[in-house]
Amino acid sequence: RRLSRMATVIQKWWRGYLRRKHFREIVERAYFIKKLNFYNQMAVRIQKMWRGYYVRKYIHNFYALKKYLKAVSVNNELVRSELQEYADMKENEDKMKDLEKKEKEKKHQARKMHYLLSTEQIPGIYNSPFRKSPDPMELLLRKSKPLSHRKQQVKSPFPYELYDWPTCKKPPAFVTELPLLPTDRQKPQGPFRDPAEVLWQRYKPLEPTLRVAESSNSPPAKAREEVRREEWRNPIHDNEFPPFSSYRKNDEKYEPLLRRSGKYGQEAYGTKHFREVYPKKWIADKDFETLFSSIVLFEKFGKTYSSTGQIV
Amino acid sequence: NSGVVCLLRPLLLDVVPSIRQTTALALGRLADYDMDLAEAVVRAGILPQLICALPEENRYYKKTAAFVLRAIAKHSPQLAQAIVQCGALEMLVICLEDFDPGVKEGASWAFGYIARHNPELSQAVVDAGAVPLLVLCIQEPEIALKRIAASTLSDISKHSPELAQTVVDAGAIAHLAQMIPNPDAKLKRQVLSALSQIAKHSVDLAELVVEAEIFPVVLTCLKDSDEYVKKNGATLIREIAKHTPELSQFIVNSGGVAAVIDCIGSCRGTVRLPGIMTLGYVAAHSENLSMAVIVSKGIPPLCVCLIEEHEDHIKAAAAWALGQIGRHTAEHARHVAVANVLPTLLDIYVDTRSSEDLKMKASILKALKNILQKCTYLPALEPLLHEAPPNILKHIIGQFSKVLPHDSKARRLFVTTGGLKKVQEIKAEPGSLLQEYINTINNCYPEEIVR
Repeated sequence: RRLSRMATVIQKWWRGYLRRKHFREIVERAYFIKKLNFYNQMAVRIQKMWRGYYVRKYIHNFYALKKYLKAVSVNNELVRSELQEYADMKENEDKMKDLEKKEKEKKHQARKMHYLLSTEQIPGIYNSPFRKSPDPMELLLRKSKPLSHRKQQVKSPFPYELYDWPTCKKPPAFVTELPLLPTDRQKPQGPFRDPAEVLWQRYKPLEPTLRVAESSNSPPAKAREEVRREEWRNPIHDNEFPPFSSYRKNDEKYEPLLRRSGKYGQEAYGTKHFREVYPKKWIADKDFETLFSSIVLFEKFGKTYSSTGQIV
Repeated sequence: NSGVVCLLRPLLLDVVPSIRQTTALALGRLADYDMDLAEAVVRAGILPQLICALPEENRYYKKTAAFVLRAIAKHSPQLAQAIVQCGALEMLVICLEDFDPGVKEGASWAFGYIARHNPELSQAVVDAGAVPLLVLCIQEPEIALKRIAASTLSDISKHSPELAQTVVDAGAIAHLAQMIPNPDAKLKRQVLSALSQIAKHSVDLAELVVEAEIFPVVLTCLKDSDEYVKKNGATLIREIAKHTPELSQFIVNSGGVAAVIDCIGSCRGTVRLPGIMTLGYVAAHSENLSMAVIVSKGIPPLCVCLIEEHEDHIKAAAAWALGQIGRHTAEHARHVAVANVLPTLLDIYVDTRSSEDLKMKASILKALKNILQKCTYLPALEPLLHEAPPNILKHIIGQFSKVLPHDSKARRLFVTTGGLKKVQEIKAEPGSLLQEYINTINNCYPEEIVR
């Protein structure tokens, strides 16, 4: 027991000694950590202020945003005014077109109704005697040239024809009859015939022959019909137009087929026959040879023109 | 029906050309009138005979043959497929190469009707090599031909990005962009529709369309007197704006937003819908753009749309657009609330007549939630307290509970307008979010007032 107490005392002193040795380090370490924390906190404060400043100045710059929005609204105003101008211009154009169309209509009407113009004796519809001054329609009538029937020509169908075609609603336009000239026209200078003559000729009444004039239901026509049928039924010559006899001769000869007209029946297509050569039977041991020089002109016989692609 | 088709069939092979033509015309008109007749024409096997000797025929016959094909193809995809299968596409391409503009028109119209139905048929049309010829047709001087070629290109490119890319590769965008200032209204309709079908598929295509310098010119289309030109113009701008914030920024910078807003104000009905969606898309991308929309006075027309329009989908779109504008920050929500939009939205939501359409209700609900979650403008929230259904009420109370602890003037106002009384009347399960909010509000006030 005493020994253990001694051991405890020695250990106590030894531990204290070790601790006192390391105490300084521990204190220094703790001090260092405390200083570091303080510096970190101060650094965070500085960074916080810097980050706020930076973001406000550059990234979320409030004043720049305000300027931008102001610029956007100014631009919008500009765009709006320009578009408004454009719309007004278009409206004006439309109105002008409408007005012009109406004017044209009115003028056309006035020309058509030119007969409503008042004469010296009789006031017209638009020129009532109770009025102080004539109606504008009256003035228009006075100004306009009378519209004759001839002038009512159809507006050229050609530009619309192409667009009508895809829906294929209108049939192809056929050529209408030519317009006629008026009879009372002054005869124009030149080799033209008198219009009255032309009209007389054109409108000459039809004078059909007796045959045409007679209707097909009348008794003589029916009688003739009977005779015609009789004739059709009983012709003397059936073959009324036979060919000439000389043509017939060529028809009657029979020409056998080449294929079957070989001596021993059919020969296979493409067999080639060559003259056979027996050297033993030769009298002299030479082949045939020409005795005289060939005539150049006659050599060319049959060879000047290529026959079926063979080389000349 | 009474065997007419069988009677007409031998006439198609007649020697005299005008008989052939008239027969084809008759067949075309029959097929045009009714789908059953068109099917009868196809079943009688007339198509191969019609197109067998087409290249040697004269132009009237070609026109009529194109009319027949178009009349058959327009009824259904199966009939169009039948036409493709008998090899009519090559013949139509030959017609497209013809000199006569009427023949070209008929052929491109037939192509348009075929390509309209589904992507496979469009692909077949493209494979037949029609697209470069159509781009050539667009450059022709005849207006009707331009119209129909533009509408065919629009039908081809609407199905998929690859088809749109094919059309773009043939150089169509530049020519279409050149035709936008043209005075003819129907042509403008088709051109704008073609450009919007191209732009809708991807960012690159949209950028290509924008690079063709359509921008200030398209805005004049929004002021046109024709309704559908306005609608298609707004559609084009919408398709461009929806892809990225940069494109929306570009549109805002060129004053497009103002033009769209004016356009919405001047139209009625479905024509407004693309314009409303444009505003929604632009505002959705970022808060600066949303602020730009607000600054261009975008909110009042949207509010007017909500009130005036009868159609559900337009109301839903307007509500969605307002939600997108108001959801970014408190400032935006304040602008939206100041324009007196919230009571209108609530009215539409609560309205028993419109209770059938769930989609519209859902979109209005989402819009309301988005705006309310950022709204700190209490005078606008007050009237809503009295009428709101529970799911919206909790958001409103939440907002109050966020603002009231900090602002004494608002507290006083809240009590005097009877808001506190209303809050007391609300019953909430203990432990729910609503109860927490109510507790927070009650804690701002001394005990006597609360009782």
